[in-house]
Amino acid sequence: MNHLIDESFVSLPLQRLGQSAIERAQTLGATYAAFRIERIKSLHLGMRDAILVTSANQEDFGMSLRVLLDGTWGFAAIGELSQKNALLIADQAIEAATISRPLTGDFVELQSEPIYRESQYVSSYEIDPWQINDREKSDLLTVWSGQLLNHAIVDHVEAQALFVKECTYYQDSFGTSTTQQRIRLHPSFTAYAVSESGMESMRTIAPPVGRGYEYLTGAHWDWAAELAELPELLVERTKAKSVQANTYDLVIHPSNLWLTIHESIGHATELDRALGYEAAYAGTSFATFDKLGTLQYGSKLMNVTGDRDVEHGLATVGWDHEGVAAQSWNLVRDGILVGYQLDRQMASQKGFLRSNGCAFADSSMHVPVQRMANVSLAPKPDGGDTNDLIGDVEDGLYVVGDKSWSIDMQRFNFQFTAQRFYRIKNGKLGEMVKDAAYTSTTTDFWGSMKDVGGRQTWELQGAFNCGKAQPGQIAPVSHGAPSARFERVRVLNTVEEAGR
Amino acid sequence: MIAPHLLAEAAISALAKRGYEGVAIIDAQSQSNLRFANNNLTTNGLSYSITATVIAVSSANEPSIGISGGSAHDVDQIKLLVDEAIAGAATNPAAQDSAPLFTAHSSDWTTEAAITTMSDFAGFSPKLGEALNEARSSKRLLFGFAQQSFTTTYLATTAGARLRHVDPIATLEMTARTPSADASAWWGVGGANIGALDPALGANELTRRLLWSSRKLQLKPGRHEALLPPSAVADLMIYLMWSSGARDAVDGRSVFSAGIGGHRIGDRLTELPVTLYSEPQAGGIECAPFEITHASTDNSSVFDNGTALQRTNWIDGGVLASLYGSRFTEKETGIPVAPMIDNLILDGTGTKSLDEMVASTDDGLLLTCLWYIREVDPKTLLLTGLTRDGVYAVRNGEIVGVVSNFRFNESPVDLLARCTEIGESVRTLPRELSDYFTRAIMPTLRIPDFNFSSIAPGV
Repeated sequence: MNHLIDESFVSLPLQRLGQSAIERAQTLGATYAAFRIERIKSLHLGMRDAILVTSANQEDFGMSLRVLLDGTWGFAAIGELSQKNALLIADQAIEAATISRPLTGDFVELQSEPIYRESQYVSSYEIDPWQINDREKSDLLTVWSGQLLNHAIVDHVEAQALFVKECTYYQDSFGTSTTQQRIRLHPSFTAYAVSESGMESMRTIAPPVGRGYEYLTGAHWDWAAELAELPELLVERTKAKSVQANTYDLVIHPSNLWLTIHESIGHATELDRALGYEAAYAGTSFATFDKLGTLQYGSKLMNVTGDRDVEHGLATVGWDHEGVAAQSWNLVRDGILVGYQLDRQMASQKGFLRSNGCAFADSSMHVPVQRMANVSLAPKPDGGDTNDLIGDVEDGLYVVGDKSWSIDMQRFNFQFTAQRFYRIKNGKLGEMVKDAAYTSTTTDFWGSMKDVGGRQTWELQGAFNCGKAQPGQIAPVSHGAPSARFERVRVLNTVEEAGR
Repeated sequence: MIAPHLLAEAAISALAKRGYEGVAIIDAQSQSNLRFANNNLTTNGLSYSITATVIAVSSANEPSIGISGGSAHDVDQIKLLVDEAIAGAATNPAAQDSAPLFTAHSSDWTTEAAITTMSDFAGFSPKLGEALNEARSSKRLLFGFAQQSFTTTYLATTAGARLRHVDPIATLEMTARTPSADASAWWGVGGANIGALDPALGANELTRRLLWSSRKLQLKPGRHEALLPPSAVADLMIYLMWSSGARDAVDGRSVFSAGIGGHRIGDRLTELPVTLYSEPQAGGIECAPFEITHASTDNSSVFDNGTALQRTNWIDGGVLASLYGSRFTEKETGIPVAPMIDNLILDGTGTKSLDEMVASTDDGLLLTCLWYIREVDPKTLLLTGLTRDGVYAVRNGEIVGVVSNFRFNESPVDLLARCTEIGESVRTLPRELSDYFTRAIMPTLRIPDFNFSSIAPGV
């Protein structure tokens, strides 16, 4: 459905303020200036046991200017839009660059990009959530929470729904000016069972999406079916045996595998990490630049792309925050590292012909940095379904839904748990087990991928809150994944790990 | 642009005129920073914004609320937020946590907001430049981040409260790595004034630690004696505090639950004389002395905005003493109200410095800090994560080299129970959680059997 960008945003003096700030910066010596106005509306609904606890509308709004002066970055931002402030942030960005110049021996240059004049992009959605009143939204969560509470096994229910509408205006000194509007939402429900022996929980696996309110009312996801199944799964969990720590073959569903992709491929193929820019915070990458084209990342079945253009993707845009048009590209081909995620500075620095458009800031108050694209594992062209993958496992586990996650600062050693683990014996799916966590090293894990499901198993999952940079920023990102089979992965028993 | 306290007054006035009670919170935020990597500055920035949060409370017998927040620099923008908040209150269901609003005053209500400019770095950046030059000449690579921020909060209620608080935060974090990337060391410090933080101190400590790393040793994963330094202890204790919600405990969802509907207040968690507490007036780590809550959660309530905060012992002499919560959770659970406070102190009455504890170690490991800490099991508060930036082998009281990083699986509650020695408590910067929490005074803990679950080869 074709939507227009909100009139309340496009009616702001976007172009005039941008032109003023950019011209002032150029007068003061800037060789590049990029102006942004962002308005990010968010609504958080939180319910506990079918009672509304949190209902908060928030709007993040302001304008910023980033400049290059003598090859050095400067950035300034302010919340109040005015002509006077447009000039003020130009002065302040130049001052920041001037103070910074003695602290660097680098001279920043930007890779070239075609110019896009007065261009617009609106993400793919049907119903703008801000056209639905908040009571209607919370009532829906109340009804569904109540249905869950009606089951004897369910003692408590937590429901969360996050809605975001992001409007961005970008203008730079090359002549590009773009206006964009993106919508995303993330509903989730968790059911709890409490007994004298402790607590068990089960959460929905419905992904966050770049869609509109229609997602919450049943279009594109069968909420009724998933919520009806949740108490039954919780019953299974309460009866589940504790897993035997060992090595197992794993069949991993996209609802879990997306997070492993995010942590062990998505972050590891960010070139800023590989070059050390995040060494003091988010970390570096084992996939260093000298390994491009040679690193055996995983098995030959491993094909991974980055993109900023998949429909309904959380990192999908028209143009990034450096005016680079959305693209898709290869990161891993036949198991070999063949690409990185880039911004214009790094593209120039390392000799890439073009940035692939990964510059992003989560607010007008923050400077754009290289952030994650939608990073996705390709299905096997003639791949089977999940049952086919399970059928090839003699002794293993089937892993569904993400839960706990952790990976080291070079994206090597990781440990993940799941909403549910099931035993697989002789090709048959068995009972649920609990207290499991799988752990491995990135290249060992992807090297152990022995089969990949077909397109029919592929799902677009993701997260709203990927963290990086200082000051800290969050970014929404999607990951497509098929089901896949891995051989001999170490599985821990978390109760034993706790020393109990 | 009008003064922030007048924005709050405008919101309160507009609410009252419409027959609503409520709260207005004005946050004037300014932030400046320098970031560096590979011995060069990479990014920087200066930002300034005013955000208003309007909480409208309907006058019905069972009041409902609406919350609207956003950028606000004039009365018209405030009125829009008030309209949106009232629209929310008019349609939302009754708020279960409704309670009378507070009335307290602070004497500096009309004082202007504190702001930072890039000139705050005038004294700091030459020192940073010296540290970067020294690193270049010594063939080391420096990475890090320095920031100064002020958040001045103006909180008003229709009941009459007028409260102001300035939250100054300055942090400096530095990481040094060898050019071959086979060793990494970290140093961080928090304070209120960036000009008082000295990069030379960090650079000297990092030099010492990279020297420790020149000898590489092998060690298998397993349970080993470990000295957890203050930064690592801070991250674990903050996690513990954040996991101590009163309602979560009574609902059976936390490590502090006991059976069905019970809690563990009064349980002895450790035989050591450990007190974990928060105190707004604690010297050097002062924080807001009244509650500031922009939206209700399971264990906090917007109706409690303005509550005077006082010292709260979460663990007192080794015994669980408090679980955090609101007036509403007190009504629901019977656990006395204890709002979250923005600082944390662990006092074990120890007197030994970190170096002295190293000197009294026969065979153990000295950690630098922890990273990527995530909850694995809320029932035990089992956390997983990584060691980072140096795990040093200690033999006969001396650092003898560096071993690999490890993944750990541990519960901070269990660590307190198994701890055999506590050092002196010192100001520290939590490595993992400093984006959200910078004010901590923590000791070094000696753990005889820390669970290093697997080798993490990343440096």
